[in-house]
Amino acid sequence: MSEIFEITTLSLQVSMLATVISLVIGLPFGTWLALGKFRGRSILLSIVNTGMALPPVVVGLVVAMTLWRSGPLGDLRLIYTPWAIVIAQTVISAPVVMGLTAAALEALDPRLQQQLLGLGASRPQMIWHLWHEARLPLLAALMAGFGSVISEVGASMMVGGNIRGQTRVLTTAIVLETSKGEFERALALSALLLIITYLINLALTWIQQKGARK
Amino acid sequence: MISIKNLLVQRNGRDALKVETLDISKGETLAVVGPNGAGKSTFLLALAHLLKATKGEVMLHGKSQRDWNDLEYRRRIAFVFQDPLLMDMSVRENIALGLKFRNVEKKEANERIYQWAKAMGVEALLERRANQLSGGEAQRVSLARAFVLDPELLLMDEPFSAVDPQTREKLLDDLSRVLAENQRTTVFVTHNLKEAAQFGDRVAVIIGNELKQVGRPQQVKESPVDSSVGVFLRGL
Repeated sequence: MSEIFEITTLSLQVSMLATVISLVIGLPFGTWLALGKFRGRSILLSIVNTGMALPPVVVGLVVAMTLWRSGPLGDLRLIYTPWAIVIAQTVISAPVVMGLTAAALEALDPRLQQQLLGLGASRPQMIWHLWHEARLPLLAALMAGFGSVISEVGASMMVGGNIRGQTRVLTTAIVLETSKGEFERALALSALLLIITYLINLALTWIQQKGARK
Repeated sequence: MISIKNLLVQRNGRDALKVETLDISKGETLAVVGPNGAGKSTFLLALAHLLKATKGEVMLHGKSQRDWNDLEYRRRIAFVFQDPLLMDMSVRENIALGLKFRNVEKKEANERIYQWAKAMGVEALLERRANQLSGGEAQRVSLARAFVLDPELLLMDEPFSAVDPQTREKLLDDLSRVLAENQRTTVFVTHNLKEAAQFGDRVAVIIGNELKQVGRPQQVKESPVDSSVGVFLRGL
């Protein structure tokens, strides 16, 4: 039982941290993509949109090669640690948050920017109010970012190694139990993963709907 | 107060507006008329420094836009668009926007908000959400949101075109009262020559991305500078 608790806690810690880092990277960068006027913007946007569909196994492979002892960041000795999973999951969810942030802001009336500036907003004030206006789709971006990492298994497996007591998370534990033929345990862990994902999204949806009425 | 010299504004590589010379004095109301797509909105955006001059100068108080701190310049101005473009918040919060940007103290802000909500006839709607307003109410809030800033220069881009004729009449009455009481320098774009004559001390005619003529309404009507102006004014 305590092992399940441990696995669940690690899953949540790792995925939440990866989501928060993705938000810190994705929100400003997505905003810049949506509002900026520069050459190559649509190419950059299409790259980010492709990044939203990055296969976790591919991310896992690349991050594993980078963190491998002989790899470019091998000296950091991060491979097979929870930090390696956080890095891989951030690579997966940052483009999701970024792409959906850009889409949310592009869906706003473009004259809103001029209106805010025309009322004397500084640029940061303008961006803050555009975020406020797009708060519902932005929260959806956050949910999608979290959803893309709490449920992925390929990257966590490859860079974390599914080491008992160290890097085992819910999804990798499910894979292990299934491969051992322990379907009941696998099903129980799956149910746990679903319930946790549901509860977190319930909380975020509640915040989102509260924001809609505000 | 505003002085324009040899202004050229390009948008997407094309000439969007040319103004050889124009002075707007303090307290004056200038009505801008012209066909669709002639450059009227570009003119307002250039005055607001939301579009930059490609060539020439727009000067406020004798100082070129280029030499003004961008934010300081914009904070002397308030812009009202054709659509109310209210934010998804309460009426009070919408009217408070520009005051918040300027860090106006809350007590003073609330007094000013109430004063202008009242002047625009929306004081009963202050706690309502902006998306629950009718078109006319929303435009009144949009006007209050601009007036509450006590701007040196008020810019309005066809503020009445999106509302029904009855509401429009009433809005026009209220606005003309407010403008008369406040002696504010105002530039507004309109499609309606009657409106232009009613409010405007002078009328500016923009045709084909060029400021063609400026003068008192009667004078412009009676002696247009060229046939394009004559034909346009007769058609209104």
